[in-house]
Amino acid sequence: MTHPKYDTALNNYYKKIADAATEDMVLNMGPQHPSTHGVLRLELITDGEIVKEVIPHIGYLHRCFEKHAESLTYQQTIPFTDRLDYLASMNNSHAFVMGVERMMGIDKDIPKRVEYIRVLVCELNRIAAHLIAIGTYGIDIGAFTPFLWCFRDREHIMGMLEWASGSRMLYNYIWVGGVFYDLPVGFEERCAEFVTYFKPKMVELNELLTDNQVFISRTANVGVLPLDVAINYGCSGPMLRGSGLKWDLRRIDGYSVYPELEFEIPIGEGKMGAVGDCWDRYKVRVDEIEQSLKIVEQCLGRLQNELKRTTDFDPRSKMPRKITPKAQDYYVRCEGAKGELGFYFMADGKSEIPTRVKCRAPSFHNLSVLPELAKGVMIADLIAIVGSIDFVLGEVDR
Amino acid sequence: MSFEEIKLLLIEKFGEGVVVGEETTGLQPALLVAPDQITNVCLELRNNPKTYFDFLSSITGVDYGVEAGRFGVVYHLASIPYKTQLTLKISTENDRSLDNLPTFPSITPVYRTADWHEREAYDLFGIFFENHPDLRRILLPDDWDGFPLRKDYKAAEYYKGIKVD
Repeated sequence: MTHPKYDTALNNYYKKIADAATEDMVLNMGPQHPSTHGVLRLELITDGEIVKEVIPHIGYLHRCFEKHAESLTYQQTIPFTDRLDYLASMNNSHAFVMGVERMMGIDKDIPKRVEYIRVLVCELNRIAAHLIAIGTYGIDIGAFTPFLWCFRDREHIMGMLEWASGSRMLYNYIWVGGVFYDLPVGFEERCAEFVTYFKPKMVELNELLTDNQVFISRTANVGVLPLDVAINYGCSGPMLRGSGLKWDLRRIDGYSVYPELEFEIPIGEGKMGAVGDCWDRYKVRVDEIEQSLKIVEQCLGRLQNELKRTTDFDPRSKMPRKITPKAQDYYVRCEGAKGELGFYFMADGKSEIPTRVKCRAPSFHNLSVLPELAKGVMIADLIAIVGSIDFVLGEVDR
Repeated sequence: MSFEEIKLLLIEKFGEGVVVGEETTGLQPALLVAPDQITNVCLELRNNPKTYFDFLSSITGVDYGVEAGRFGVVYHLASIPYKTQLTLKISTENDRSLDNLPTFPSITPVYRTADWHEREAYDLFGIFFENHPDLRRILLPDDWDGFPLRKDYKAAEYYKGIKVD
């Protein structure tokens, strides 16, 4: 028996859909629609071509991350974090590992070479994630070629990360206190080769897609997200920067070795239309790829010179035998590929298993603004808006 | 503004009863707030030009265990102009019956992003938020029985007559 007030919202929702079905049209987009980038179901209440309301239904990919994390040790949870935002797994494990290290008080002891390796693989992974965002966004709008080009270039990164970690997408490479193995011999050279190869490809991509008049017409002035709305909805990452705010946790918090690296924070400037439209969000991602390449180059420079590999270097030397942080709560946040990725730990001080782990997923917040963005737009524009949000359902549903 | 100053500011504005305690042993201090005041506290912290916590990072539902018989909610606020962070906690005692869910006020009027987070806490912990515009389950199906992240949750043997292994 449950109290009837707990069912009020559900009954209101059923009534709303029943009413809409007689006056307007209720249209289901998903959960198997290609433009929803995964298993997202959008229930649209439409008046002809105009979208009156969007009701997102999520949870199709719910894999009980938080429940798993409560029954496994910290180290055992790392592979599960890879499966949150499965397009940028390195960034997820990095955030999780950083939180645990700070709780253990060993975050200052991590060898510099390990930190640079972490940042290098994270930035490579960020490039790969943004390439998918750009490529699939093109295909949503109707441009097929950029998709193929992006996937061709992404494959180089996947290959390199597979070389380092043994896995193509779900790496389990960054561990508490170190990394799985040192980079394979020749990795730095191969990576430098990739950067030289990739730079002109970005110029080509810009010519093909970014400055394409058809693409601009479809995205400029569409889905404009004002800055105050973005902040109130907790949007972060390229979504928030697209609305014109210089907010990047790599700079704000300055974690890992980011304070030693030089890079800029691209923001939406409203070059083709209003600030915070779909084109701005897209452009921020393109610019971020260039900045990430800059970071990769700097990391490679350090890794090949002052932090050169030595035969006695052990990336696991600082790894704690037993991870039992003292009793405390800790919220760690870092800049994932999609925005502010946070983990909240509650440790009781006795057990190797946390009592509570909460994952603050950026896509979850970025997607929650969709009903606001999609009020009164055309159905075709809705596709453009959904694509520009660039969410990963693995992270939304956790 | 430092943690102590924020505490004094809230006491000055809402009286002694608003802050029921604090946790300062860990790396991040947390302020324990009276549950019925949480919406006002968040509104004040967001609008006051000295604090300006305009960004809600996350809302975490917590089950403190069967013996403790407590449920709580943790709020992580961040200020974009001041680059500061703050943790607020509220909690209440509860007997775990499904007729009587732990109830807190919703902060959706202050932060719109709280909408989905409170739905998630309701979905997984059975924490009810008063005055929430649309408190349905979000990650699990609407007809799910029980609240899976509670410490006393037992996985069901059958789902719609199908045996679950």
